[in-house]
Amino acid sequence: MKRGPPSTGAAVQRREGLAKLTGRERYVDDLPLEDFLWGMTVRSPPPSPRGSITAIRFGRDVDWSQFVVVDHRDLPGPNVVYLIEQDQPVLAAGVVRHVHEPVLLLAHPDRDALRRAVHAVEVVVEPEAPVLDFRLPSRSDEIQYGPDNVLKHLRIEKGDVARALAQAPVVVEGEYETGAQEHVYLETQGMIAALEGEVLVIRGSMQCPYYVLNALKHALARDETRLRVIQTPTGGGFGGKEEFPSHLALHAALLALKAGRAVKMIYDRGEDMAATTKRHPARVRHRTGLTRDGRLLAQDIEVLLDGGAYVTLSPVVLSRGLIHAAGPYFCENVRIDGRAVFTNAVPFGAFRGFGAPQTLFACERHMDVIARTLGMDPALLRRVNLIRDGQSTATGQVINDGSDRVAVLERALDVSGWREKRRAHAAFNAARAPVRRGLGLATFYHGGGFTGGGEVYLKSRLQVAGLPDGRIEVRSANIEMGQGTLTVFTQIAADRLGLAPDAVVIAEADTARVPNSGPTVASRTTMVVGRLVERACDDLRRRLGLSESARGDSVRAALRDWHRAHPDQSLVGEVVYEKPPGINWDDATYRGDAYGAFAWAAYVAEVEVDLRTCAVRVTDFVAVQDIGKVINEILARGQVQGGVVQGIGWALMEECKWQDGAMVNNQLTNYIIPTSDDVPPIRVAFLETPYPHGAQGAKGLGELPIDGPAPAILNAIAEATGADPRTIPLTPERLMTIAEFGMRNAE
Amino acid sequence: MSVLLPGSRREALELLARSNGAAMPIAGGTDLLVHWPQRQEEHDRAYLDLSGIAELRPVEWTPDALVLGGLTTYWDVIRDARVGRELPLLAVAARQVGSIQIQTRGTWAGNIVNGSPAADGVPVLMAYDAVVVLESVAGREEVPLERFYEGYKQMRRRPDQLVVAIRIPRRPYTFQRFVKIGSRRAQAIAKVGLAVTHSAAGGGGWRVVAASVAPTIRRCPSIERLLEEQAAVHSPEELLPAIARDVTPIDDIRSTAEYRKLAMARVLFYDVFRGREQGAGSTDHGRRMTDNG
Ligand SMILES: Cc1cc2nc3c(=O)[nH]c(=O)nc-3n(C[C@H](O)[C@H](O)[C@H](O)COP(=O)(O)OP(=O)(O)OC[C@H]3O[C@@H](n4cnc5c(N)ncnc54)[C@H](O)[C@@H]3O)c2cc1C
Repeated sequence: MKRGPPSTGAAVQRREGLAKLTGRERYVDDLPLEDFLWGMTVRSPPPSPRGSITAIRFGRDVDWSQFVVVDHRDLPGPNVVYLIEQDQPVLAAGVVRHVHEPVLLLAHPDRDALRRAVHAVEVVVEPEAPVLDFRLPSRSDEIQYGPDNVLKHLRIEKGDVARALAQAPVVVEGEYETGAQEHVYLETQGMIAALEGEVLVIRGSMQCPYYVLNALKHALARDETRLRVIQTPTGGGFGGKEEFPSHLALHAALLALKAGRAVKMIYDRGEDMAATTKRHPARVRHRTGLTRDGRLLAQDIEVLLDGGAYVTLSPVVLSRGLIHAAGPYFCENVRIDGRAVFTNAVPFGAFRGFGAPQTLFACERHMDVIARTLGMDPALLRRVNLIRDGQSTATGQVINDGSDRVAVLERALDVSGWREKRRAHAAFNAARAPVRRGLGLATFYHGGGFTGGGEVYLKSRLQVAGLPDGRIEVRSANIEMGQGTLTVFTQIAADRLGLAPDAVVIAEADTARVPNSGPTVASRTTMVVGRLVERACDDLRRRLGLSESARGDSVRAALRDWHRAHPDQSLVGEVVYEKPPGINWDDATYRGDAYGAFAWAAYVAEVEVDLRTCAVRVTDFVAVQDIGKVINEILARGQVQGGVVQGIGWALMEECKWQDGAMVNNQLTNYIIPTSDDVPPIRVAFLETPYPHGAQGAKGLGELPIDGPAPAILNAIAEATGADPRTIPLTPERLMTIAEFGMRNAE
Repeated sequence: MSVLLPGSRREALELLARSNGAAMPIAGGTDLLVHWPQRQEEHDRAYLDLSGIAELRPVEWTPDALVLGGLTTYWDVIRDARVGRELPLLAVAARQVGSIQIQTRGTWAGNIVNGSPAADGVPVLMAYDAVVVLESVAGREEVPLERFYEGYKQMRRRPDQLVVAIRIPRRPYTFQRFVKIGSRRAQAIAKVGLAVTHSAAGGGGWRVVAASVAPTIRRCPSIERLLEEQAAVHSPEELLPAIARDVTPIDDIRSTAEYRKLAMARVLFYDVFRGREQGAGSTDHGRRMTDNG
């Protein structure tokens, strides 16, 4: 439970930090490129989200002979972007299912000429009845997927919910809604495609080079030996560069193949926000049975996600959402039923948290609704119900990780001054000034790695090569996007072999050079892939004939000796993922160990609400979590603080305004994210209960911090005002409509 | 695109006259260039770059007025300590424009001529009875800012005229308040802006200026009358009829008509009608919507 010393004895600097700080880092748009064409996309226009394309008209003012034009007929292979289900076309072929669907690709050497040309193409759509509200059942003429527009239905059951609810002394119900969220990575989507001899080379901003490779292989009907995908330094992803870059890579590739020249596509912010994925909007209903002193007897939870116009990753987002929906509590009887439904909206996709933030918002807001109903301190309600070692989750996973979840909660209460502040706020609010203060709490958890059997299915491979000069090279497909992969992998490998950080080289994520260690998603990089780094280091040591305890000088010397004895040969330690013993998952019944490990957290938000304007300001924030092991404290704190800021935005201001299933406030002027002035001091504390199968004992951290802020903030607003807000983003406009509260008696 | 680079005010006015009003003046460019990549049609225009005209820059204090130049920036005003003492709302509003980068480039004249109903500079100027000084080769013309706007982005400026100065009378004030309700604490466009002043001096009285609640920034005569008459107002709701007479807020991408009305009523009630007794001598002249307490 105590903080260990820094792993390598000295703080390791972010490896690419200086390059980023000095502006020398080269993102895809900065790469030197000669004799290339710009590529752009012609998309289906509003106002028809659904319909047939009846005409494509090319304006007369443009000399089209100077443009490369690609449509769906130019695809060498099947017209699908390879993912869970093969339903999404690379380019629309006759029909469209959402506004901004890509229809044509254009390329030209001059970017301004290209912009004008894109505007000069008219795509005519004969409209059909769209589905635009995921909460309403579809009429028969609106069905576009399966028999009922349901993309995925999942259910988790434990115990007998119906009976437990019928017998419960107290039943509390609630309905909660969360909105879409835009990733707002600083670097917009960008990709370069070029033929180098026979090999089609893709360079770009992405989280998953092998997803891109697979998508190219499939739709271009091109074998892997003639494909190469290289990740370029990536300016933020947050899930937005998980599945989407496959689309852009295909688009750039099609243009480059047709043009016979390199093609570069860089979205501007407007296109990026309008046409790429967002966080799934959700509605969650809770019916909870309790004893009068607040013990959970039954949780009946119904989850509904807006999937948008194609399946994308909705089934797995739903799955993670459901598994987290009951919160970090023990309850004998749980039923979680969830559906992701089709709508004619621009498809939703991966976003940090992947379904869990939506369901945990509902769960944690609902806990405070319960506390208010019972007249109970929300902290006490949580302490009573937090899962203890030996107890099982909704999927029947027995938690036995030694982590003290009550201690995590107590620490958050202590650091935030929970008890004293609540007293002080009550006194302050009693004065009935137009400003009110409140504290709110959320306790939550996040599972690291792919869900269920996902990691086994991925079969991740990773190499650590021993170089002749005594250095080592880590070869993985996991990428740096600001979260610190390069630095953390350096630390893990250096620690394992007792080498200095600068003796560790991290290979560029280039599919021609690195094995498929899986995607950079799901909080898996440090915990799961970091463990592969350790094991590959061990394998390298074995190949050198060294004992398990060999470190530092002996490793360096052995590397040099080996290369002297084997000139011009390569020495590579290599491992494949192995399922930790005792972890079992049954996908058919949705029971078992959903994740190798959960990280646990308790967050406290303090707010001031101005009753004049209904503006909410977060004035203090405390984030306490047990993440197994802190490998790099600065980076870990950065993940937490960044997640909290993103959570503040999602809770209070980030609102996608929809028209015809497309975002219309697709500029940073009108899609409001927090500025540094909107962010309170964020006080971060870590507890460490090592996870034996994670690198150095680490659990996943990347997504955890986006799960807690929104419910903590809304709980604080409820406490401050007496209102009962249940929908985010809770903009001042929305709060004003539910906030008849107190204004009349504000003195 | 062509850019004209006059070195003096005179030369600028001549170039403008010669272009038959087709040349577009550009000062800080912070409004004009925002949509540059998207609005291709604007690339073909002639631009008259004012930035080299040093004589348009200085802030001048005369015995009875503060005179801002046609190129005076927000930052120029923030740096002038006398503004903070005498006409503090100018500095308060200037600090809430965009970010420091924008404050050092953006000009007061640009804010006026851009004609946005959500501007932050215009309301405080109007609450101080500012006069817009226009000049062309044909001569000078002075228009009180409160009569400058004729409709959404419509104003009493001919294309051959430049704003060469903004004159603000010097008066003692007993009440001064600027409130910007934005969607966050910085880098926000006002959803409601309010500038309110009271001066007991001759020609003074109450000025209540509202932004983002009508096609133009405008004074609110009904609210002003309630203040002049010292009418008893007991709740924000009692102000709604007067607000409905003075402004016409709408639902748009940034907010709702309902919110704008209620927020305006509440801020006026708590900060102006309640606050007027404490107004004299108060040094707290303004706040952002999220500056609570
Ligand atoms: C990121 C960002 C944030 C912003 N935030 C705010 C904010 O918070 N509040 C706010 O009010 N505004 C804001 N703005 C808008 C803008 O900065 C201001 O309106 C600024 O005052 C415009 O001045 P400028 O000198 O840059 O005008 P320019 O863009 O140069 O010109 C604007 C218009 O005025 C005309 N013009 C300029 N000078 C003269 C002159 N002397 N005579 C005649 N016509 C002239 C131009 O022809 C043009 O039509 C923001 C802009 C940006 C980009």
